[in-house]
Amino acid sequence: MTSPNLATIWVYLSTSPLLGLTITLLAYSLAYRLYRYANSHPLLNPVVTAVAMIIVFLLLTNTSYKAYFAGAQFVHFLLGPATVALAIPLYKQLPKLKALWLPVCVTLLAGVTIGALSSISIAWFFGASTETQLSLAPKSVTAPVAMGISEKIGGLPSLTAVLVVLTGILGAVIGATLFNWLRIKEDSIKGIAMGLTAHGIGTARAFQISHEMGAFAGLAMALSAFTTSVVLPWLLELLGLIH
Amino acid sequence: MSHVSCKSGRLFIHNSLQLINKTNDIDNMNFINGLTILLIYQLIGEILSQYTGLPVPGPVVGMVLLFLTLLLHGSLTESMEHSSVAFLCHLSLLFVPAGVGIMIHFQRIANEWMPITIALILSTLITMTLSALIMTGMNRLVAKRVNNND
Repeated sequence: MTSPNLATIWVYLSTSPLLGLTITLLAYSLAYRLYRYANSHPLLNPVVTAVAMIIVFLLLTNTSYKAYFAGAQFVHFLLGPATVALAIPLYKQLPKLKALWLPVCVTLLAGVTIGALSSISIAWFFGASTETQLSLAPKSVTAPVAMGISEKIGGLPSLTAVLVVLTGILGAVIGATLFNWLRIKEDSIKGIAMGLTAHGIGTARAFQISHEMGAFAGLAMALSAFTTSVVLPWLLELLGLIH
Repeated sequence: MSHVSCKSGRLFIHNSLQLINKTNDIDNMNFINGLTILLIYQLIGEILSQYTGLPVPGPVVGMVLLFLTLLLHGSLTESMEHSSVAFLCHLSLLFVPAGVGIMIHFQRIANEWMPITIALILSTLITMTLSALIMTGMNRLVAKRVNNND
């Protein structure tokens, strides 16, 4: 009698949002514990480990992404209020921001343009399809905003979401080493470069390094979301990539 | 106001417990109040973004509005600080569902893995390096101009 019961329970669970939500939190807390255990080694970024664990679980249990997302969407939804919450570290860094507004604005405009154009041209050079190129363009912008931009310019929003996460992880992993190598010591500069390139995942990493770096990364992430959504469609139109 | 930071999850929990112990029942509403305010700003942002046809997504508009409110109001309530820390400490968690979405693009990624990988790595390196260098250069330029004016 036990096995048919278990099967019925599984059928119920696999269609209810509870499972997707629970495994997301469970995988993240395991991944986070592993990350702390390994002294915050960048390669064990909790997003990577958690995503890998969940994918393995879904493949083994033959669960579709759609069924998983029915539960995970509750976590995904929180990206909205989290974006709004970025106003708070921003406000707390106000004195620093006032002193640095000009360098920040110039860096932002340049960085956003460089990020989008370099990814499109490199992808084009190595033979990526137009859809993939356009999906890559907003890769440095925080996921909910990037998905909106991607849809607007003719990319694939769900592919963009993945590329955004990959970019964030990459930036978070290489950031500290790169800044060391470039001999950049100011937390404000490191934060701006990190947030501009690696959005929320980079910001999360920056907060682990210092509060100031985190606040500046949050600032860059927020401002680049704003700048990219205004500049990118216009830039692509100018280049004749979209009409 | 206690200075809440999130160097580690444990420290964060410790700080939150301290906050809760220090204050009374009413302040245990901190997280809920903070979340409510964030959602209200997101809602206003969404409405504005839809209504004006701005290319900027609602949450970003909400963030700008909240920032302006804080500027005008001139201070930060404990509930706001509390909920923002709760969110931003574990920002990574919120990216997990989108990251798992890679599984529906296995085919495309298998076909175009080379341009995608090269573009991601090179472009991320280029963007991060150049923006750090541009900001360093701009800082020097501004500092020089300030010195000259003195």
